[in-house]
Amino acid sequence: MRKIFSHTEGMITEPMHYCPGCTHGIIHRLVAETLIELDIRERAVGISPVGCSVFTYKYFRCDMFQASHGRAPAVATGAKRCRPELIVFCYQGDGDLAAIGTSEIIHAANRGEKITCIFVNNAIYGMTGGQMAPTTIPGQRTSTTPGGRNVADDGFPLKMSEILAQLQTPGYVARVSMHSPAEIIRAKQIVKKAFEYQVRNTCFSFVEFLSTCPTNWGLSPVESLNWMKNNMLPYYPLGEHKVPEPGKGGTE
Amino acid sequence: MAKILMKGNEAIGEAAIKAGCLHFFGYPITPQNELPEYLSKRLPQVGGRYIQTESEVATSNMIFGAAGVGVRVMTSSSSPGISLMSEGLSYLAGADLPVVIVNMMRAGPGLAGILPAQSDYAHATRGTAHGDFHLLVLAPSSVQEAVDLTMLSFELAEKYRMPVMLLGDGMIGQMMEPVSFPETEVGPPMQADDWALTGCRGREPRLVSSLFLDPVELNAKNHERFARYAVVAQNETRYETFNCDEPYDILITAFGVMSRVCKSAIVALKEQGVHVGMFRPITVQPFPSAALSEAIGKARRVLDVEMNMGQMLVDVQLAAKGRVEVDFLGKCGGLTPSIEDVVEAVYDSLTKAEGGG
Repeated sequence: MRKIFSHTEGMITEPMHYCPGCTHGIIHRLVAETLIELDIRERAVGISPVGCSVFTYKYFRCDMFQASHGRAPAVATGAKRCRPELIVFCYQGDGDLAAIGTSEIIHAANRGEKITCIFVNNAIYGMTGGQMAPTTIPGQRTSTTPGGRNVADDGFPLKMSEILAQLQTPGYVARVSMHSPAEIIRAKQIVKKAFEYQVRNTCFSFVEFLSTCPTNWGLSPVESLNWMKNNMLPYYPLGEHKVPEPGKGGTE
Repeated sequence: MAKILMKGNEAIGEAAIKAGCLHFFGYPITPQNELPEYLSKRLPQVGGRYIQTESEVATSNMIFGAAGVGVRVMTSSSSPGISLMSEGLSYLAGADLPVVIVNMMRAGPGLAGILPAQSDYAHATRGTAHGDFHLLVLAPSSVQEAVDLTMLSFELAEKYRMPVMLLGDGMIGQMMEPVSFPETEVGPPMQADDWALTGCRGREPRLVSSLFLDPVELNAKNHERFARYAVVAQNETRYETFNCDEPYDILITAFGVMSRVCKSAIVALKEQGVHVGMFRPITVQPFPSAALSEAIGKARRVLDVEMNMGQMLVDVQLAAKGRVEVDFLGKCGGLTPSIEDVVEAVYDSLTKAEGGG
């Protein structure tokens, strides 16, 4: 019998702690496959955040840091500046990157750190039990917005890709979604491209994943994918929001 | 090597390079700016990197990343900036990472003042941040000693796998004094082959982390760390005594630059027939309690002098073990007790020792 799908060497065969229907597992796999396909696993250093993906270090088969809340891009900066030969990537959720770590991600991007940031946006704090995130969409009910996010009190959700894309410093910024197999295949291509920019020492790279939280959204996995498609995609447009301009910065 | 005249902050920067530190991350703050400014010029000359950060919060995490990949690294700041680094210091200690942090203390609390003070003794030695851990803290009293202790800081940080703080009282950074350096241009790189994150080629992946959710494991980890601290206390406790060879009535305790004012006061008092000894901790964490306790045993009374409201005082009182009273002379806000202030305080202590107070 011909094997058509198997475990990727980029991941450790540890049972994951993620809730059923959560797309973290798929995103992990896309990153791990990329480490193998680009042959960079043995010089990769990943940084796990605080939040649902705090245990990321248990799943990637490469050297890993566990960082404090929101500071992964600062840890990555320290690692990459001191050992530029390493491939350094951050894996962060929306509370980690877009609330407590806003300063670190903006300044790492603005310095043009040659690192790759994987940003998982599921519009809620998962680990702590479903509180409002900086990316919770208007009207969305959470445990701390029982009446739905009221933009008069809480402001509008942060569009991190758009914020980073407007920086003058060259960089690669893209938003992808996990709501269909076609989008997952598209996401894989973009993740690979993001890492390739680092391998070629071109620029900072950032991939935002729209993801689900069936547990805290109170929906089934399938309903969650539909809810994401119908409610998040209109607010968070997919695609490449910024590509490094040839001849302007970087070494391409 | 011949002596050259150098400002403390710049001399510490040069000492770091001599020790083989080629990476510096920092955020501007008075009164330590000459240190990063000096390194921003010098590090590229020796193949190193200077990175100006967006905040001290980021700084403390950048040095976490730098040390984690096995590179010798330093940062410097001053009191309010060190407060912002507290989070990172806890994570650095929790992950057993060797880094050197310079704190050129200014007056506190809050934004307070920019003049020299010893306002962060308690923060450096006890209340640094959340969790069970210590820094190893060295307090120089001259520019030359700052140079020597900077180089020692890297050695101790790496030997014991812990963050080391050089605790300078503002003046150390700002004053110019003659200093000499070792002949070495740049020290050898840090040896971290057995633990650093350098890519997992030819070995199993490694993890640098302070997260231990298993209580049994975390308990063991903290006990192991404190066993290491006990070895540090055993082997690395440093202090200086002054005028303690002859009998003395009063023992002065002081650290950093304050001790030099006290020395001048002791010389003046000697001419007046008053016998005063002085004990200066060089490591304020670990604190040289046993040696101080012995020195206090020969005194009728103790006078602790600091540029704060009495922070080392607690450690001195613990070493006194209730045998004698400990008086305190302190000025803060950027003021330093003068020779005359110290002389007067010694006479007060003498009067009290003779039953007058």
